Amino acid sequence: MSTHLSEAVVAPGYDNESVTAKITDVVLSPPVHRGWLGGFAIAFALLMMMNFAIGWLLYKGVGIWGVNIPVAWGFAIVNFVWWIGIGHAGTFISAILLLLHQDWRTSINRFAEAMTLFAVACAGLFPLLHLGRPWLFYWLLPYPDTMDLWPQWRSALVWDVFAVGTYFTVSLIFWYIGLVPDIATMRDRSRTKIAQVIYGIASLGWRGSARHWKRFHMLYLLLAGLATPLVLSVHSVVSADFATAIVPGWHSTIFPPYFVAGAVFSGFAMVVTLAIPIRRFYHLEDFITIRHLDNCAKVMLATGLMIAHGYITEAFMSWYSDDKYEWFMTQNRMFGPYAPAYWLLILCNIIVIQAVWFKRVRTSPGLLFIVALFVQVGMWTERYVIVITSLHRDFMPTAWGIFHGTRWDWMTLIGSLGLFASLFFLFLRVLPAISISEMRDLVHQKSEAGR
Amino acid sequence: MKEDLYGLMAEFGRADQLLAATHAAYKAGYRKMDAYSPYAVEGVAEALGFTRTRIPLIVLIGGISGALTAYAMQWYSAVIDYPLNVGGRPLHSWPAFIPITFELTVLFAAIAGLVGMLWLNGLPKPYHPVFNAPQFKLASQTRFFLCIEARDPMFRRPKFESFCNRCIPSASRRWRNEIVDAAGCGSPGIGLRNVLPPRHG
Repeated sequence: MSTHLSEAVVAPGYDNESVTAKITDVVLSPPVHRGWLGGFAIAFALLMMMNFAIGWLLYKGVGIWGVNIPVAWGFAIVNFVWWIGIGHAGTFISAILLLLHQDWRTSINRFAEAMTLFAVACAGLFPLLHLGRPWLFYWLLPYPDTMDLWPQWRSALVWDVFAVGTYFTVSLIFWYIGLVPDIATMRDRSRTKIAQVIYGIASLGWRGSARHWKRFHMLYLLLAGLATPLVLSVHSVVSADFATAIVPGWHSTIFPPYFVAGAVFSGFAMVVTLAIPIRRFYHLEDFITIRHLDNCAKVMLATGLMIAHGYITEAFMSWYSDDKYEWFMTQNRMFGPYAPAYWLLILCNIIVIQAVWFKRVRTSPGLLFIVALFVQVGMWTERYVIVITSLHRDFMPTAWGIFHGTRWDWMTLIGSLGLFASLFFLFLRVLPAISISEMRDLVHQKSEAGR
Repeated sequence: MKEDLYGLMAEFGRADQLLAATHAAYKAGYRKMDAYSPYAVEGVAEALGFTRTRIPLIVLIGGISGALTAYAMQWYSAVIDYPLNVGGRPLHSWPAFIPITFELTVLFAAIAGLVGMLWLNGLPKPYHPVFNAPQFKLASQTRFFLCIEARDPMFRRPKFESFCNRCIPSASRRWRNEIVDAAGCGSPGIGLRNVLPPRHG
């Protein structure tokens, strides 16, 4: 059993040299892949579209979005929660699976961490743009100002600033620390002077000293320990943005765990969405094996069942609470003007994911890719339903309204996909997408075990 | 030229050879030495006599200072500097201060760990004499190196030769190099001489 599994984490027959060559060649072999150029061009075009939308937003103001009273939290907050949820899988894989000694994390942790950083960068844009005057964002931070004001510490929105800021910083440190030995490898393998100098600076002069390795690993382990509660805290704090309000459908203690499960769910869906094309186009099937996809699919299934439990509990509690506003909200969510969105999320997040029970789906990249896309659509729709349906039918019927995203909303959302993809394409082009030093260690352990 | 000699370096093809040689060198009495490898070889740091790091302490101090900073900042601003009575609720509303206290604990601990690791490791350090060794580029890729430094009180060339011959299997030894600290002698780029011709096999 164990031999069978260990073979599956990395294909047999690799040694230090071939592992190193295979991963660095993705970056260092001269001709740029035509598929890469095409993909980057599309992503960059979308990014430019977002820049245009943001430019118009800064000129005209947030009125170009569909937000108004009662729905003042439109796409900006939906997108923020969606992106930050996607950003959860990276740290989950790097930190929690490291502490649990899951050796299958090794070949997917690097790009999952990069994915986290880029997703959090996309997420961070939306609340800032939603401020209306984003250039005053520093008012959110505690600093000695001439207005003699402090942030309101009792507000979940201020907690958010700290949670997201810390999450981004710690994820960046974790990612960069892990990269340093690999950048040293890139420095030593690159053939052009300019690449040697740039990688040389970025590698901080890493020379692989045994003492350095020991401190490095100690820090890496401690960061994993720190990041584990952090990753659980971030989406809990995000959910507190909703749960601390008295709005029907938001004011619920189930929100933190249910948001965290949803975050890991969508994050693993994004890992799968990225891993399947990467392994195919860069011929990394030996490193990102079917076993990785299988395991990611199982995590998706487990977290998918958790959020299904969340939906059921939510509906049950709104009936059981005997609170007429809560119960009306649930009925309105299921059968009101936004009913299609609700049933779409049920379809994507609860029904389609059940396909993953079948091993055939888990081990077939094409089918799994489709399931992952459904999950992403489903998780975006879930946040849309949470934000919009609760707000549009408030306590007072006179304050009711209907929200629809405008073209600027959609351009910003789709453009943020372009931003994410552009960053990811650049990452694939300049940095090793799989941790080389950890792969060498893994290959070494496997060969020891096989001896 | 003598004072510019940094050390002598042996190269190995396998991790267990490096580990054995490091043990042997430590046993022979060498202390000022270091091993270089493309991944962390278990046991080598201990074999060099390096068993404890101060990283955990630094991270702990960082975390505690983050917690204290965050809580003190919130308490000071909410109770002393800008007391705001909202419906008679307590100014020192500690449960609401916990999330930010937690976040800054993690943030300060992580930054302290990063700075501490770099500082203790003496990084960034783009130039180091060991980079002058031929084949040292492979230390980040496939091969394993052990360098005994000239500042070791036991360091004497003939003795080292005999140590090598005794303790390092010749099949694993391809080069033995005298590494010169190029920066130390003021003219970067020069100063690398092979003591012995490369021996293959």
